Amino acid sequence: METLELLQAYWWLLIAVLGAALVFLLFVQGGQSMLYCKASDSERQLMVNSLGRKWEFTFTTLVVFGGAFFASFPLFYSTSFGGAYWLWMLILFSFVLQAVSYEFRRKKGNVYGTRTYDSFLMFNGLFGCVMLGVAVGMFFFGGAFTVQKANILEPGNPVISQWASSHGLEAMLCWKNLLLGFAVFFLARTMAALYFINNIGDEDAFIARMRKKVLVNGLIFAVLFVAFLVVLLLSGGYRADAQGNIVAEDYIYLHNLLNMWWLAVLLLAGVVAALYGIFTGAFTKSRAGIWFSGTGASAVVIVLFCIAGYAGTAYLPSTLDPASSLTLANSSSSLFTLKTMSIVSILVPFVLAYIVYVWSKMNAVQLTEKELESEHHKY
Amino acid sequence: MNELIEVVDWSRAQFALTAMYHWLFVPLTLGLSVIVAIMETIYYRTGNERWKGLTKFWMSLFGINFACGVATGLILEFEFGTNWSNYSWFVGDIFGAPLAIEGIVAFFMEATFVAVMFFGWNKVSKGFHLASTWLTALGVSLSALWILVANAWMQYPVGMEFDPAQMRNVMTDFFAVALSPVAINKFFHAVFSGWTLAGIFVIGVSSWLLWRKRNISAAKSSLKIGAWVGLAGMLLTLFTGHGSAVEVSRVQPMKLAAMEGLYQGSVGADLIGVAVLKSNPEQTPDDPMLFSIDIPKGLSYLIYADGEHFVPGINDLIAGRSITAEGDTVYGLSYADKMALGRKARTALADYSKALEANDSNAIIAAEKEIKENFPYFGYGYLEKPEDAVPPVATTFYAFHIMVAVGGLLFAVLLLMLFASYCKTNVLEKSWLHIIGIFSIVLVWICSQAGWIVAEVGRQPWVIQDLMPTNAAISSIQSDSVQFTFWLFAVIFTALLIAEVSIMLRYISNASKTDIEKTR
Repeated sequence: METLELLQAYWWLLIAVLGAALVFLLFVQGGQSMLYCKASDSERQLMVNSLGRKWEFTFTTLVVFGGAFFASFPLFYSTSFGGAYWLWMLILFSFVLQAVSYEFRRKKGNVYGTRTYDSFLMFNGLFGCVMLGVAVGMFFFGGAFTVQKANILEPGNPVISQWASSHGLEAMLCWKNLLLGFAVFFLARTMAALYFINNIGDEDAFIARMRKKVLVNGLIFAVLFVAFLVVLLLSGGYRADAQGNIVAEDYIYLHNLLNMWWLAVLLLAGVVAALYGIFTGAFTKSRAGIWFSGTGASAVVIVLFCIAGYAGTAYLPSTLDPASSLTLANSSSSLFTLKTMSIVSILVPFVLAYIVYVWSKMNAVQLTEKELESEHHKY
Repeated sequence: MNELIEVVDWSRAQFALTAMYHWLFVPLTLGLSVIVAIMETIYYRTGNERWKGLTKFWMSLFGINFACGVATGLILEFEFGTNWSNYSWFVGDIFGAPLAIEGIVAFFMEATFVAVMFFGWNKVSKGFHLASTWLTALGVSLSALWILVANAWMQYPVGMEFDPAQMRNVMTDFFAVALSPVAINKFFHAVFSGWTLAGIFVIGVSSWLLWRKRNISAAKSSLKIGAWVGLAGMLLTLFTGHGSAVEVSRVQPMKLAAMEGLYQGSVGADLIGVAVLKSNPEQTPDDPMLFSIDIPKGLSYLIYADGEHFVPGINDLIAGRSITAEGDTVYGLSYADKMALGRKARTALADYSKALEANDSNAIIAAEKEIKENFPYFGYGYLEKPEDAVPPVATTFYAFHIMVAVGGLLFAVLLLMLFASYCKTNVLEKSWLHIIGIFSIVLVWICSQAGWIVAEVGRQPWVIQDLMPTNAAISSIQSDSVQFTFWLFAVIFTALLIAEVSIMLRYISNASKTDIEKTR
């Protein structure tokens, strides 16, 4: 493998890992979507404060996910963000509302009232998850765009990446994308229930209800995900041949999974771990379900990214002009930039280490009503 | 073409809106994180609980503000893709790296340790908590470093070369990008201005407490720290501001000319203190001001440390004219020449593409040579006339002079407050002092915003200096769509700002009725 190719694969893997971390951390959004479920005021307070101590991680991971994409595959940044305008704007809009809602919701003088901020959190909980799923769905089911780099020489119409005038609305209405979007949404809700079980103490009735939620949401997720997987594995796509020409291929994702058998093994392991987490959350007294489901879901996301982009697969297929489809090779940064960024990525384990350390310190004791009462800073 | 212009204008408006709102919150975060860390350090060292109370009071205000900065920052990052799609490809290879590093190095640090700051009082040791507060402040500053490296690179593109095969620029020297003198100056100037702003904010709130005669001891202690941090910030802002102006004269002389409203350059150029521009100053380039109070030869002296040095004006730069130390008028490349060279680069690039398709190696080499020679003027090829390279002079001029004048005023306020906080007489109890302190809060934000207006409006029409004008950097979207999202964000940002200010005011008011120094 050439160095450039290797670094492209490395950066795609890093993006996959960030995507996996993001999906894991979407339990925050899943929890937000439960705020209007049956719960007492004190339970709702516990839910919000439990999530509120983690929302920044999800938000930061989303930002870093975007930044890493920009640095390593700028043509994706240029094409998808500038093209699927409405999709990304809806995602951004929902996260802007989230960012202030925890801090503002119960503060005196917040102008719009607690319910407004809670509805913002609900909005982000639903649309944030579904639309991020839709965005990832485009990795497989494509977008309506063309890429003509020579356009930059045309002063009257200089834009390289041109998208159909629907600008992402078509992706938001594509049932295949929505299938993944809702699978992500119910996964996030399942994970949220598992997180509450793990993080909130002394609330037996609440925990019992959360265990039911794990089962119901987990089952819906499993059905949606299996349906998505079937659709995906039966779908065709595009692949760059040895000369870099884009050619159509039926069952491309199935082929990728079979050709890269270790991914199939990881997928299977991920699904089993996720289901085991759901099982322990729903039927046992264990509070550790989130770690199994979280790890499993993360593994599945990594596999999805890998089969979307590796082996010359077009990870953003163009439905208008197959030759414009984006592959790791034709959309990446230069060798120099990828090398430089790879050196920076050595810091990632240190970052992960202090996050894990701080998380474990802060979560050593479960959140209780008593603790919340004595807390100076609460949401 | 009209649609293109509308998309460009609305995209610029949307980006400006987001950036200006973002910069309402960020400087306070930058400075207040340091002030809070200083207060907690005093608590850590003395063990005196009143400092813990003070730390918590200011930390709460920090938290209210922090959320809005995070929210607007997210939009800013993604708008490079959503609204400046061409830009993202043309220079993404260079520009993306600082953004990714910002995320990896700074954002996670902020996100992790800010949680300890707020929720870790009873969960971690005093030392670990203090370290977390400082690490949050460090994370905030590191975040500013990388985004300002990215911004500085747009104003002074270095460490890269053009790759004609991919029709984009690629990075060749990371350290040239990260450590360019423009980036270093910009970083320190912006961060220290944040210290100043937060210092004034603390002074203003403390002045209000003193005015209402509530929590006098807390207010006096806070005011003293605010004044010290603010004054340190102001002195360093002045120093780095001068450095920035020198860099601007070197790499963006047109911006400097606009900042000073200088149409006709001269040997021994005056520095304008106070002035009003005529309505059409370009028509009277020798006398563009209605009235002005100048410092003779001040501009030449400040920029070149030589009162007799020639400073080019807008018309000199367009004509490529300058005057040597010996007094000879010499001509370099005019903007018309640069436009011709820019078009030559574009034609060569088209030739290169054709040669590449035809696999004609001689033609490829010839085109490559032509591109390399003329690429420094590539962006000029997009301009229709030389005057298109002149930024909005009035906006740049007034923003610069407002920044300088208000900055000077705030410098005096900081000295006054520091004097008052150490004065043995009862100066700190004077109402006029409290009113100055409170009113300064408004002034410091005006000053801060004006600074960014100078930096960003003054560099127009370039999104990347000399290489890409704003109208070539955009996304292919309908102007109606951008107009819609502009208004959407205008409404939501304004609503959030109203909420933030309201919450802060209520919090300060309610806290003032309790004992702030008492630990809760």
